[in-house]
Amino acid sequence: MDYLLTEQQVMMRDLARQIADEKIKPVAAHYDETEEFAWPIMKIIADSDLFGVYIPEQYGGLGGGVMDMCLITEEFSRACGGIALGYAGTGLGTFPILLYGSDEQKQRFLPDIAKGKRLAAFCITEAGAGSDAGSIKTTAVKDGDHYILNGTKQWITNAGEAEVYTVIAITDKTKGSRGASAFIVEKGAKGMEFGKKEKKMGIRASATREVIFTDCRVPAANLISKEGMGFIVAMKTLDNSRPGVAAQAVGIAQGALDHAVEYARTRVQFGAPISSFQAIQHMLADMGTQVEAARALAYATARMVDSGAKSISKESAMSKLFASDVAMKVANDAVQIFGGYGYMRDYPVEKYLRDAKITQIYEGTNQIQRNVIAGHMIKESLKK
Amino acid sequence: MAIIPQQHMNIIVCIKQVPNTTDVRIDPATNTLIRDGVESVINPFDTYAIEEAARLKERCGGKVTAITMGPPQAENALKEAISLGCDEGILVSDRKFAGSDTWATSYTLAAAIRKIADFDVILCGKQASDGDTAQVGPGISAHLNIPQVTYVKKIVEISAGAAKVERMTEEGYDIVETPLPCLFTVVKEINTPRLPSFKGMMRAKYAKLLKWTADDIEADPAALGLDGSPTRVVKIFTPEARKGGEILSGATDDVSKELVELLKDLVI
Repeated sequence: MDYLLTEQQVMMRDLARQIADEKIKPVAAHYDETEEFAWPIMKIIADSDLFGVYIPEQYGGLGGGVMDMCLITEEFSRACGGIALGYAGTGLGTFPILLYGSDEQKQRFLPDIAKGKRLAAFCITEAGAGSDAGSIKTTAVKDGDHYILNGTKQWITNAGEAEVYTVIAITDKTKGSRGASAFIVEKGAKGMEFGKKEKKMGIRASATREVIFTDCRVPAANLISKEGMGFIVAMKTLDNSRPGVAAQAVGIAQGALDHAVEYARTRVQFGAPISSFQAIQHMLADMGTQVEAARALAYATARMVDSGAKSISKESAMSKLFASDVAMKVANDAVQIFGGYGYMRDYPVEKYLRDAKITQIYEGTNQIQRNVIAGHMIKESLKK
Repeated sequence: MAIIPQQHMNIIVCIKQVPNTTDVRIDPATNTLIRDGVESVINPFDTYAIEEAARLKERCGGKVTAITMGPPQAENALKEAISLGCDEGILVSDRKFAGSDTWATSYTLAAAIRKIADFDVILCGKQASDGDTAQVGPGISAHLNIPQVTYVKKIVEISAGAAKVERMTEEGYDIVETPLPCLFTVVKEINTPRLPSFKGMMRAKYAKLLKWTADDIEADPAALGLDGSPTRVVKIFTPEARKGGEILSGATDDVSKELVELLKDLVI
């Protein structure tokens, strides 16, 4: 389908596709197996200028937006959802600075991120605070011109590999939802350590670790916006990055679907390719239609975010919810179409199923997304 | 690799657009390739030359100029070269060049390079995937009367006025020292070409290419095109698949003895 991309967007997307096909695809299975972080791929993406796609030109970026990020994330995810996360997770970790950082903070951090010299990571989740992000326990206590951070963040994407961390911590327990603040912490800060790499079902090439703060001194100049803005920064960050998760899910779904169609054409049973059986055709038709619908919703939402619309939470949640459910369904059906071969790790499709699952869980579980959507719909109805 | 202090190197890369397929059509009248309408790419060996030029610029500072002799569509090859790290592109194009063999082609490119005037290094791919002669690079250096090193697999050292390179041989490599300016033809082993960068692609999109005709390069008309080509392509054809032959079968020792006897009889 023609999504009326600009010439520049077509160039970006085609370059991302070239990187995905020529550089990521050949090594995806290897990194899934070894669970190493794909630094060589990060370097190639850095050299292509694509890390800076959503960063303003004055900070060394290409001046694009969420839509451009989605186009690129989708292409990388088609080849490997895990490796793509090195890129997309950096976007998530950068949004707090982009949306709420001071000009000084942007000057300090954005150019290196735009060049791909430093990756970023977003730290909010804790062992006792997943969906219930409000009950985080990490504290930040003011001490002169520093804040002292104590606490442990869990399941942080890019942790250990990234150099720039945006961290949500409680500065005032008494203030409830106005009691958290957002900080930028750089790798190497004294009192900041990383846990072991988690062993995951999927996106195994993505590095997921605990981030442990023990009396970690962070300069007050690294406080984003004001004290008390933490949850607002976090929510706005997620609103902006959810279309990216949707794009990742669309890419994973498309990758699985491409494999399924090719396999169905070549696998012969009962004297005919299985693509000639209506049962398979109907599955493929449903898969194809759903991927296209997920893509259309993701792009529409991304464009809406880029247009500067004030209220984007509902649509953002919808795009993530729908695309991730589609990715799981399509990947599951792709394995089914491959039959026994779909279950074998020597064949590429079971990886897509393992990779798709996380998109229904992170950046807000799909149950939370539904809460957000319904909440907005009811509020809108009240206003009428 | 020796680290050389920043200096300005003028680097020229000669590239050629070739058909992106082995299924080419041949014009029966001139026995040359029909290039119109066939998808074209930069000659694969030239991509290694472009990459090496980009790396030399990163190493030493300077400017990379890509140059090609070809039909108007060869502009795309120049733009792609710019997206891969070249600073500017020159298209040398004129109907008078049609039908050039490698002698006329290298004469034409040498004339264009003489017009550029300032250069320290000329880089070429080892050979073109359509003609496979590997003659144009050496031809250019002959016309310009500058030294050449072919099959370069590594530029070990380079500074104003001199270079040390590894030249690939069948058994290994030679180390060759040469003054500059010099022409190098490069092999695949020299580097891994980068993908274009987005900023490179934008530069390429808005790049203003120089376009030179036969008059612009002050070429001698008698030295151009089909008339300036001392070689004639008599026939291009796909050879017939070989049939027949004698198959020797049996134990390896016996078969080897039999083969030696047969070869002795043929006095090879």
